[in-house]
Amino acid sequence: MTWLFLQAVVSGLLLGGVYGLVASGLSLIFGVLRIINFAHGAVMMLGMYTSYWLFVLLGLDPYASILVTGPLFFAIGVVIQRVVIEPNRAAAEHNQLLLTLGVALVFENLALVLWQGDFRTVRTSYSGASFLVADVLVEVPRLIAAAGAVMIALALWAFLHTTDAGKAIRALSEEPEGAALVGIDVARVRGFAFGIGSACVAVAGALVTPFFYVAPDVGESFNIMAFVVVVLGGMGNFLGALLGGFIVGLAESLGAAFLPGSLKQLVVFGLFVVVLLLRPQGLFGGGRGR
Amino acid sequence: MAAVGARLAAGLALIGLAAVPPFLPKYGLEVLIGILFFAYLGTCWNILGGYGGQFSFGHAAFFGLGAYTSTLLLLRLGLTPWLGMLAGGAVAAGFGLFEGYLSFRYGLRGPYFSLVTLAFAEMLRVVAVNLKAVGSSLGLVVPSGSSVVAFEFAAKLPYYYVILAMTLLALAITRLIARSRMGYALAAIRENEDAAEASGVNALATKLTAMAVSSFLTALGGTFYAQYFAYIDPSLTFGPSISIQGLLPAIVGGAGTVLGPLLGAFVLTPISELTRAVLRGRAGADVMLYGVILILVISFLPNGLMGLRRSRRPAAERAT
Repeated sequence: MTWLFLQAVVSGLLLGGVYGLVASGLSLIFGVLRIINFAHGAVMMLGMYTSYWLFVLLGLDPYASILVTGPLFFAIGVVIQRVVIEPNRAAAEHNQLLLTLGVALVFENLALVLWQGDFRTVRTSYSGASFLVADVLVEVPRLIAAAGAVMIALALWAFLHTTDAGKAIRALSEEPEGAALVGIDVARVRGFAFGIGSACVAVAGALVTPFFYVAPDVGESFNIMAFVVVVLGGMGNFLGALLGGFIVGLAESLGAAFLPGSLKQLVVFGLFVVVLLLRPQGLFGGGRGR
Repeated sequence: MAAVGARLAAGLALIGLAAVPPFLPKYGLEVLIGILFFAYLGTCWNILGGYGGQFSFGHAAFFGLGAYTSTLLLLRLGLTPWLGMLAGGAVAAGFGLFEGYLSFRYGLRGPYFSLVTLAFAEMLRVVAVNLKAVGSSLGLVVPSGSSVVAFEFAAKLPYYYVILAMTLLALAITRLIARSRMGYALAAIRENEDAAEASGVNALATKLTAMAVSSFLTALGGTFYAQYFAYIDPSLTFGPSISIQGLLPAIVGGAGTVLGPLLGAFVLTPISELTRAVLRGRAGADVMLYGVILILVISFLPNGLMGLRRSRRPAAERAT
């Protein structure tokens, strides 16, 4: 029992790091654009395919592929924001939400057309590597993914707090009108934020490819998890999203260890509803709440 | 004059919808049933989402509750789905009131409300997947036969008239609500909830009433689906795609207008059928094109198809 619990805690924390990075990107986009991005999971899926193909065709290691997926999906994110969302800024909030849904439909089905629905996996030399810590199994690729995700998220946090571009993003997310008044090019910053958010999630996708299957609809489950994490951490709260990632990862893996079937998802959604109702500003504050 | 013309057009359209289908080929009839089915779901969603501005992303919860309640009552107790659908409606309205009370009481608005409704629908889906008593992920097969009492027909035509009647009923209810005190209260809440409350609108009661009506009617659609397709499973009935397909006709046609969802369904369903027919054999290409069209429609018609008409009319007439 204790062993099962410890094992679940370790798996949960490792999973949580990845959720944290996925959700950080979503949270950044929400903070600046004030919309729930339904295309986030689809961007992750494309990031996973990118690192899959770089591995299969060029033999590039999935971790090295981050150097490609990061910049590539930053550019794709900027383009999505500029071409699809920015022209509709004045429209109702739900219209923008449906636009991201449209983008998700296009991406997922583009992947289906190009690469069919088969599950693909990347087999690296270290895919099956693992070690034991006091009888608890730690899989090396999951550890690397979690550590990498946390490092990238922290680097981004530093970027948001120390550079001018980062401060502009934060200003916009705190006070859009004030940011425009002090001369920040708000349209440009919105594109920039969408780009960074997309790069985050695509990199998270690259990090999980050594141990996770790739398929056109793989992003959907991550997307819903990311919504949960973002609400938990407080929408627009970057570090909160990272912490929320660990909480959701833990809840999911403890649920999986102690509940039958796929009821673990019930734990996650139950947690989600309770937090939404009691602390819609998120567990750690900072988000805008109601 | 304009009103007389509009009434004449509506009357002609109604006569067409009632009289033409018996002469349609099977495929044409199926498409028409699909159009009315989504028009119906869109109309139900519109009461809460369009008029009240409460953007539910989880109407699948009510749809699924309706489908499962009537089907389980039929399979376990032999109760006719005609009564079962009312029971399903009651269950869904109860759940809607519970969900609505929790979220409205705690002041969830905008994207937060959308997310909590999505979460509730997903929770029901997970429960249905894991519950052996309701067929788990294998779903339930609805017996087929030919009996009016059992809501089972061998031909498509009777189903067509059922969904036509349901759609007309939902449209009539929407029109009734839109022209009542409640309709104005809902619009006031949609435009500015705090201002509405300040001028004496009971926002909680109004939103809950809209939620109950919307979820009750949506559940009837679930029963129709179960009887028409004779099969239900958790992801078909509780999955996010039914929530999305149910709200799109309202958005594309014009949220917060009586006929918007009907118009939206008459545009969206044929587009989806057409892309499927043209791009047959290339899995995903049709939905991809559908996604592109969705983006274009929302970009160029932000207020839906009804918005086109409204913007050309003087403001005084807009209230009708």
